[in-house]
Amino acid sequence: MEMHELETAAREIRRSIVATIARAKGGHMGASLSEVDILTALFFGFMRCDPAAPEDPERDRFILSKGHGSEGLYCSLAHRGYFPQAMLDDYLGHDSPLTIHPTRHTPGVEMNTGALGHGFSNAVGVALSAKKSGRRFRTFVLTGDGELQEGTNWEAAMAAAHFKLGNLVVIVDNNRLQLADTVENTMRIEPLGRKFEAFGFEVRGVDGHSIGELLGVLGGLDYEGERPHAIIAHTVKGRGVSFMEGVPEWHHRIPTGEEAARALEELSK
Amino acid sequence: MEKKEMRAVYAETLIDLARENPDIVVLDADLMKANGTAAFAKAFPDRAVDCGVAEANMVGVASGLSAAGKIPFASTFACFASRRAYDQFFLSANYARLNVKLVGTDPGVTAKYNGGTHMPFEDLALMRVIPGLTIVEPSDPTSLAGFVRLAAAHRGCVYMRMPRTAANVLYGAAETFAFGKAKVLREGGDAAIVALGSVMVNEALAAAEALAAEGTHAAVIDALSLKPLDLDTLLRYARSTGRVVTCENAQIAGGLGGAVAEAILEAGVAAKFARIGIRDEFGEVGTVEYLIERYGITAAHIAAAVRSLT
Repeated sequence: MEMHELETAAREIRRSIVATIARAKGGHMGASLSEVDILTALFFGFMRCDPAAPEDPERDRFILSKGHGSEGLYCSLAHRGYFPQAMLDDYLGHDSPLTIHPTRHTPGVEMNTGALGHGFSNAVGVALSAKKSGRRFRTFVLTGDGELQEGTNWEAAMAAAHFKLGNLVVIVDNNRLQLADTVENTMRIEPLGRKFEAFGFEVRGVDGHSIGELLGVLGGLDYEGERPHAIIAHTVKGRGVSFMEGVPEWHHRIPTGEEAARALEELSK
Repeated sequence: MEKKEMRAVYAETLIDLARENPDIVVLDADLMKANGTAAFAKAFPDRAVDCGVAEANMVGVASGLSAAGKIPFASTFACFASRRAYDQFFLSANYARLNVKLVGTDPGVTAKYNGGTHMPFEDLALMRVIPGLTIVEPSDPTSLAGFVRLAAAHRGCVYMRMPRTAANVLYGAAETFAFGKAKVLREGGDAAIVALGSVMVNEALAAAEALAAEGTHAAVIDALSLKPLDLDTLLRYARSTGRVVTCENAQIAGGLGGAVAEAILEAGVAAKFARIGIRDEFGEVGTVEYLIERYGITAAHIAAAVRSLT
C-alpha cells in the first residue's frame, strides 16, 4: 500500500470509530482515536496476516492489551476485511460479538482483554510458543500508558527479556492521559524508556501518528535476536478531532449528534 | 498400605504425556523442586518454563501458550494458584475459553508449617464460581495420574488440587476415572460419607471403620470431581441412606459441602445433612495430624457427625 492509501485508511477508520460509538452510545473515543495510526501501520502495512485465514498458525499476532480501545481495533479489522463493515452497525448489540472489550469471538481478535495488565503476559506466552515451536511469526502487543501502572506488565517485561523474546514487540500508546486525568498526575510512569531498557528491552521512540515513522521502526527491528522490543509511540488521545484531542473527559464521553457530525466533518478533510 | 509421592506421580505422568504429545508444556513459579516438576524439566528442558516468583504472569503466559496451540500445565502452591493468579485464570484462561491446566499444590492443611499465608482453604470456593471450569481433587496417586491424563485430553481449563507428599494408594492401576464421576470406596446403607482429597478420604474410611464396629454401616464416596459433581451417585446414596456427611480440607462455604447441599435441596431429597470442613477460619502452623484435630476434621469428628444425624 502507498503511504497516501495508508493515510486514507487511517482516516476512514477514524470516521468509522466516531460513527460506531455515536450510534451505539457506548465506547472509548479518546483511546480508540489515539491508536489508529499504530493499528493501520500494523494491519495494513507491516504484519503478515490474511483476513481470509485468521487462524493461520504462521500469522503475526496482535494483542490489544488496552482492550477499552476496542472500537479502534474493530474498525481496523473491518476495514482490513476480517468481517463485514455492516457488523460495526450492531456494535454493542445484544447478540453481537463486538463487545465493549474485545473477545476471541471476533475474527482477528487474539485474546480477551479489557481488564488491564493481562495482554502483555499473554503476548509473552504467544511469543514463547513461537520460539519453542520454531515458528517465525512475530507478536505485537499494544498497551496503554496508564495501563503500565498495573504491576503484571513488569512481570511480563521481566519474563520477555529473560526468555529472550526478540520476536515480541510491546508498543505503548503513550497519549499521557488516563481515565480521569493525566498519567503524570495520577501515577507517574516515567522514565518509561529507561525502565524498559533496564528490563532488557531494545527501546525506540516514535511519533505514533506518523505511519511512515512507525513502519520505518517496525521494519528495522531484529525479530530473530534475543532482545524484546519496546516502541514508545507518542500519541494524542482523541487524535483527529480538534475538540477531543487531549481532553480527559473524552476517555469515555459519548458525542451528541451535533458533536459527531462536527467530528465526521473534520475527519473528511 | 502402599504409599507414593504425589508430586513424583504428577511429574512422571507429565513426562509420559509429553512423549506422546509435543504440545504439552509445563510451567512453574520457582517451585519446580517443591512441586516435582524439576523432573519434567530434566526430561524436557525445552518444554519446561520457570516463570520465577510471578504467579499471575505465569497464568497469563500459560494462556498465551494455549492461544498458540500448546497444552500448558502450570503448577504452584494452591494459595497462589487461586488467590494470586485468580484474575488471570478467570479472564485470560477461562473467559477466553482457552485450555490451561492449573495445579494447586499443598491444599488446605497439607501446607503444614507454611501456615496461614500458604494454607488455602478458600481455593475451592473461588474456583467453583468460574463458569465452565472443571475442578478435581484426586485422592491418591492412581487417581492423580488418571486425572492428569484426562486433563491433557480435555479441551478446556482444569483446576486440580494436589498434596505434594506421599499418599495412600487407594486404587489399582487398572481403575479408570472420569470428570463428573465419583467412586464408591466402601458400601453401606446407614449413611453416606462424601469426601474430597486424600486427607479427607482417608479420614472418612477410618470413620466408616469405627462406625461399623458400632453396627452403623456408612458408605464412603470419594467425590474426586467437585465440578461437575456426580449428582447421580450422590443423590442415589442420599436417598437410600437418608444421612449425608460431606468432608473437605477446605472452607465448608462454597466448596464440596456447599455443592452437595445445593444439589440435595434442589433435587428435593429429604436427607439429614452435616458438613466437616473449615468453619470460617484462617490457616495455622502445624503437622497435618495436629491441624486436622485443631480444625475438627478427623475421622472421630466425621464419625461423631454421622452419629449426630438421627
